[in-house]
Amino acid sequence: MIKKYGVFDIIGPIMIGPSSSHTAGAAKLGKIARGIAGDEPRKVKFYLHGSFSKTYKGHGTDRALVAGILGMNPDDDRLRESLRIAKEKGMEISFSEKDLGDVHPNTVNIEMTMNDGHVVSVTGSSIGGGAVQISKIDEEDIQFSGNYPTLLISQRDVPGVVANITKLLYDAEVNIAYMSLFRSQRGKDATMIFELDQNIDEKILGELERVECVDHVRFVPLSSNIINYPISQK
Amino acid sequence: MNIKNGKELLKICKEQNITIGEFAIRQEMDESGMSFEEVYEKMLENLRVMEFSTSKGVNEKVISVSGLIGGDSFKLGKYLKSQKSVSGNIMVKAMGYALSCSEVNASMGKIVACPTAGACGILPAVMMTMKEEHGIEERDLIFGLFAAAGIGAIIAQNATISGAEGGCQAECGSAAAMASVAVVEMMGGTPEMCLNAGAIVFKNTLGLVCDPIGGLVEVPCAKRNAAGAVSALTVADMVLAGIASKIPFDDTVSAMYSIGKLMPEALRETGIGGLAGTKTGKRLKKEIFGDKETKSTNKMNDDTFDDSFKTSDSIDL
Repeated sequence: MIKKYGVFDIIGPIMIGPSSSHTAGAAKLGKIARGIAGDEPRKVKFYLHGSFSKTYKGHGTDRALVAGILGMNPDDDRLRESLRIAKEKGMEISFSEKDLGDVHPNTVNIEMTMNDGHVVSVTGSSIGGGAVQISKIDEEDIQFSGNYPTLLISQRDVPGVVANITKLLYDAEVNIAYMSLFRSQRGKDATMIFELDQNIDEKILGELERVECVDHVRFVPLSSNIINYPISQK
Repeated sequence: MNIKNGKELLKICKEQNITIGEFAIRQEMDESGMSFEEVYEKMLENLRVMEFSTSKGVNEKVISVSGLIGGDSFKLGKYLKSQKSVSGNIMVKAMGYALSCSEVNASMGKIVACPTAGACGILPAVMMTMKEEHGIEERDLIFGLFAAAGIGAIIAQNATISGAEGGCQAECGSAAAMASVAVVEMMGGTPEMCLNAGAIVFKNTLGLVCDPIGGLVEVPCAKRNAAGAVSALTVADMVLAGIASKIPFDDTVSAMYSIGKLMPEALRETGIGGLAGTKTGKRLKKEIFGDKETKSTNKMNDDTFDDSFKTSDSIDL
């Protein structure tokens, strides 16, 4: 594979140290997980695998993950105080070591309990230089980078659903950068992932949800505008 | 970057009569679809963070989260004022700025990865020193950064900039090569001279392993950043005096890559071999993490981290 780098991949990102993979990437993972959950969780359990579990304290991986959950970006000055901020908000946080199997050394499983009690589980890896990859949502194996606004659609695996969805996106003039389909078994549940060139609004999301055989629709905007985290000035 | 290697870069710069910085900025505009003002502004943001990260440690004692490093940049700042330095103000300043960035990084402060967080002190230190000691103006600094980034992209595309893949030569080596290119360009050198600078820096950093104590970006990373900044500046002088590299830039990049591939894993950011594997390296690791790394009674497990940590004494080395 030909590697290609832009100038801002070389000089940048602006980030809170000390490590692009263990700190900046971890913050990004936390933020995407929160984006997938759709709201601020009440309780979060982080299961750390491999290098993440061995060195997370020294690299501030714990603070970075929680900062992401709170909606902070990897360059947010409050990142190092995220554990305190989460505590003040009454968010329950715990970290533990766990062998997540044959995955990248810097992998974390984030289990978020929401206000209504339902649990959202997201697994992702920090693959270097601050780049990340999400590999699992709840029990579904999927894959996306979070570098684009991402649309995740769970559906029943029947012919025609993909066509209906892409038609809807076409009509809304939404351009698709990458698209992939993951299914557990023929005819059973499947997840479609669209990485888009632009954000989409509530109206389109509603229309997508009404497409036949679509179970639910999640949308993760670009990480910098997932949420406006209110600054706590105590 | 849509370019194969240094040779192709030189050819284009020559044909179009442009600098490496101009080439890189045009490439970025083409690929991103952004205007000149937008890419300029984006790089300016990086420069502003560099200004912050180079000066913070000189002006106040910055101590790392682990307590392993800190306060050294502050010492150099004071030493600079004494006007007694052996290697001259420019070198002392550059070293102080480089250490500052590394200390800010290790204290969970804001830095620009360039090309990585581990090597985040070299390019900013060199740029700020050039600004203050040689009066380089903002626009030229920005073009210098683009030149450095262009060279960095060629290195990353043909080799690696990751310590886990190629050792410290890939991180601090690349950063110093990038910085030296920027200096030569800002001082009016030709693109060819710039590539000579990059080549000579690599020749002097080849083989450098990545052996951080406890796997933390602190020892020996901070001082290697200082050394990298010095190397970038001194090599620029050699080149500006008319000295060329016998081995062309592209060959030094491929040498760096092949050496990286030959390096055992213990010397590639695993915190196992080299300095990390010494008696002292192991002892320091134990002091920081305790016997079992996940035990909750040691220093690193203080999860109510706040400013009290910053002022704590560093571990006595």
